[in-house]
Amino acid sequence: MTATSFYQQQAANRRNSILLVLVVALILAALGFVIGYAIGGNVETAVIVLIGAVALALLMTAGSYFSGDSLVLAVSQAHEVKEDQAPQLVDVVKELSLAAGLPTPRIYLIDDTATNAFATGRDPKHASIAVTTGLVQKLDREELQGVIGHELSHVRNYDIRFALLVGVLVGSIALLADFFLRLTFWGAMFGGGRSRSSSNREGGGGLQAVMVVVALVFAVVAPIFARFVQLAVSRQREYLADASSVELTRNPYGLEQALAKIAGDREVLEAANRATQHLYIVNPIKKFEERSKGLFSTHPPIVDRINRLRALTGEQPLDGSSVKDLQGLD
Amino acid sequence: MEIALIVILVILAIGVIGGILIYNGLVQRRLRVDEAFAQIDVQLKRRYDLIPNLVEAVRGYMGFEKQVLENVTNARANAIAAGAQGPAAQAAAENALTGSLRSLFAVAENYPDLKASQNVLALQEQLTTTENQIAFSRQHYNSMVRDYNTNIASFPAVLLAGPFGFIRREFFDAPDEVEQVPQVNLNLQ
Repeated sequence: MTATSFYQQQAANRRNSILLVLVVALILAALGFVIGYAIGGNVETAVIVLIGAVALALLMTAGSYFSGDSLVLAVSQAHEVKEDQAPQLVDVVKELSLAAGLPTPRIYLIDDTATNAFATGRDPKHASIAVTTGLVQKLDREELQGVIGHELSHVRNYDIRFALLVGVLVGSIALLADFFLRLTFWGAMFGGGRSRSSSNREGGGGLQAVMVVVALVFAVVAPIFARFVQLAVSRQREYLADASSVELTRNPYGLEQALAKIAGDREVLEAANRATQHLYIVNPIKKFEERSKGLFSTHPPIVDRINRLRALTGEQPLDGSSVKDLQGLD
Repeated sequence: MEIALIVILVILAIGVIGGILIYNGLVQRRLRVDEAFAQIDVQLKRRYDLIPNLVEAVRGYMGFEKQVLENVTNARANAIAAGAQGPAAQAAAENALTGSLRSLFAVAENYPDLKASQNVLALQEQLTTTENQIAFSRQHYNSMVRDYNTNIASFPAVLLAGPFGFIRREFFDAPDEVEQVPQVNLNLQ
């Protein structure tokens, strides 16, 4: 594998993320248009519904934007680190904040022997990093730098905000599709075949019927497809955070070893669940990690992440596809 | 005729606003470079301040190793003085200081009580993190310089950079003295 630089990896990841977000936004717009046409039978209604869908998404974005990170931290049973409780951890976070030119985030500890970490906060001034006590004990300084670099990079690249945006778009698609399906369901139940656009019938009839079918199909398929895109975006941002971590530490080995150690750890992080899994550095739900093949996962497979890190130094990629092969990684 | 006039005015307005935005971007990047440079000194001074504490904490256990302790104290004084003599002299003095510290920690291996001392462990962690912070602050400075240099060389900022006096900045490049491995003197008697 030819060596890439972390700048190249970052550029590719950012490009892909933006493209994916555009795809989701287009899906939302198209869904709005198609549903509007199906309901109203003319282009004006279609455009109105399109604008309404986008406005709804913007409103939801504004609403979630200001909800703080305290909820996530409470759910994960994190408590702020006290003086002298973990001096090396605090020092490492300070060091890497210096390297990134960011203010030092608040540091939280999760009392759990599992090894994992996450970052939250809408921008670098309001950021927090949470780390399990198991991670602090099991990783050495180099590996800890890699993990903290990864989490700090999520903050640096505004990934939390990004994920919020994508989540809102996907949520809007789901809402809109749901609304339309219920509309047609109840309409079919109680209204028989009555046409919906009583006022505007020119050209409405045949095309509108087609549009109704298209809208129905779209309304069923779009939310699922948008969800896949959301997962793809999440994976891209994980790769980006890995490459950004290397930009900070200039040391791919640290993160590589840390990932291998975290993946090889069999312990389950009790406080994590499906709602928070996407936040962690490695998917804390172990059965997802082993099954993670392509489309269904919030995180890329560990072996792929390690191979991308190895590409930075021109090393041979691992060919084992099983996490078990990582146990003896040097 | 009127439409042509309006079009010209709009284009001019866009040009002026664009120019202002680009100029502000240049100023911001140059200031980031200056700030990053000042940060490096902050970290260097941290190290100078930590060392006397270390020597005192260790002296109680290692009273017999006077030479090693003296070397550290002298090397620190030299490094502070060399700050005024230019980067090459400062780098050489910093190197000697690092060497004397490493000798100190190597000799400390002989003193199990010392190694277990919480004070010394905490100080050792402090010194490690300070070394890292110096390195990271230099790295961050280089990142800011890269960003700034790229910006003033690229279109469209390049049009404004020359006339308004934005010149290329130098990367922090450790002089050759630093690339030598610091000498560890175990002072075995």
